[in-house]
Amino acid sequence: MSSESPITDMHLDVLKEIGNIGAAHAATSMSRLLDRKIDMHVPNVELVSFDDMFELAGGAEKLVAGIFLRIEGDLSGSMFFVLPIESANHFIQRLIGDNTFDFSKPPLAEIGISAMQELGNILSGSYLSALSDFTGLKIYPTVPSLSVDMVGAIVSFGLIEVSHYSDEVIVIDTQISEESSDGHSSIDGHFFLLPDPSSYLTIFRSLGVL
Amino acid sequence: MNVIKEVVRVGIADMNIVKHPATIRTSGLGSCVGVVLYDEAKKVAGLLHVMLPDSSLSNTDNLNVAKFADTGVAALIELLKAEGVRPMSLKAKIAGGAQMFQFGSSDTVRIGPRNVEAVKAELERNGIRLLAEDTGGSSGRTIEFDPATSLLSIRTVNQGTRDI
Repeated sequence: MSSESPITDMHLDVLKEIGNIGAAHAATSMSRLLDRKIDMHVPNVELVSFDDMFELAGGAEKLVAGIFLRIEGDLSGSMFFVLPIESANHFIQRLIGDNTFDFSKPPLAEIGISAMQELGNILSGSYLSALSDFTGLKIYPTVPSLSVDMVGAIVSFGLIEVSHYSDEVIVIDTQISEESSDGHSSIDGHFFLLPDPSSYLTIFRSLGVL
Repeated sequence: MNVIKEVVRVGIADMNIVKHPATIRTSGLGSCVGVVLYDEAKKVAGLLHVMLPDSSLSNTDNLNVAKFADTGVAALIELLKAEGVRPMSLKAKIAGGAQMFQFGSSDTVRIGPRNVEAVKAELERNGIRLLAEDTGGSSGRTIEFDPATSLLSIRTVNQGTRDI
């Protein structure tokens, strides 16, 4: 199957299952870290234009804290964990016990940046190890890197590889959030897994849908 | 009376043109480069949002010319010509080409600077003078060009807005 071949509903369902398993583990890790209940939403798998990909993350200009890593091994692709800046602040403030920490007001305290990077490590690690166990594929993630900037600037970096092949990308989007007592979610983040087109075949084959 | 100016938005790997009094804008440039070509007298401008340096990198038959520096600059010149702009009266301003992350394959890490180099080479090949640029660094940029003033407004998250 090449990237041009039609992707059927069954293929999308398989990718949804990947989002499910990965994010469920990540949500559990986050829950332990915070000692709070973290909800995971049903994964959304879509073939979208690059501009629509930015919309999924809040719009090209939205300020976010984005953790990015590349995946190599049997499977290659890009992965993001994107938190709106308010959520990132909320999370880091609670984690380091300093409620003045604010990603939108540099210079940033080193401890806050470290905590955010560590969050990226833990969450992406649990997402990807679950994915590896489930598919039997060897997955080697790079060290996650943090950037606090506009969605377009951050996410486009993960689209470079795909853009050699296509103007659209398959995105496995799983949202996690924390319900606070007043019904508003104080933490609201997205995992985006963007397999490289050359890896679609590998994923489907590993899960027996080809 | 307040007149609300029309703002034409250009997406990633896309391009468009605009005439005074409208302005043209693209959001969230990271390693991508925003290329503005404009005719000061006619108050017409085109904006291209380049993602990759060279169309030889494309692995598909279905080429989106606006995605690449080489094909994109040429296509934008054609769009402007169709509006009656003479290529020799065009000037350029560019912004973007940041290095958002410091890892990845070396080709990908350097994609921002490579995009900038490719755009400059293409402008030179077409005899278009580059009058101003805000490139490199590690910050995302949102840019908006006003053909009435020939000013390119650049907003970054930490440094606010400035005009070039």
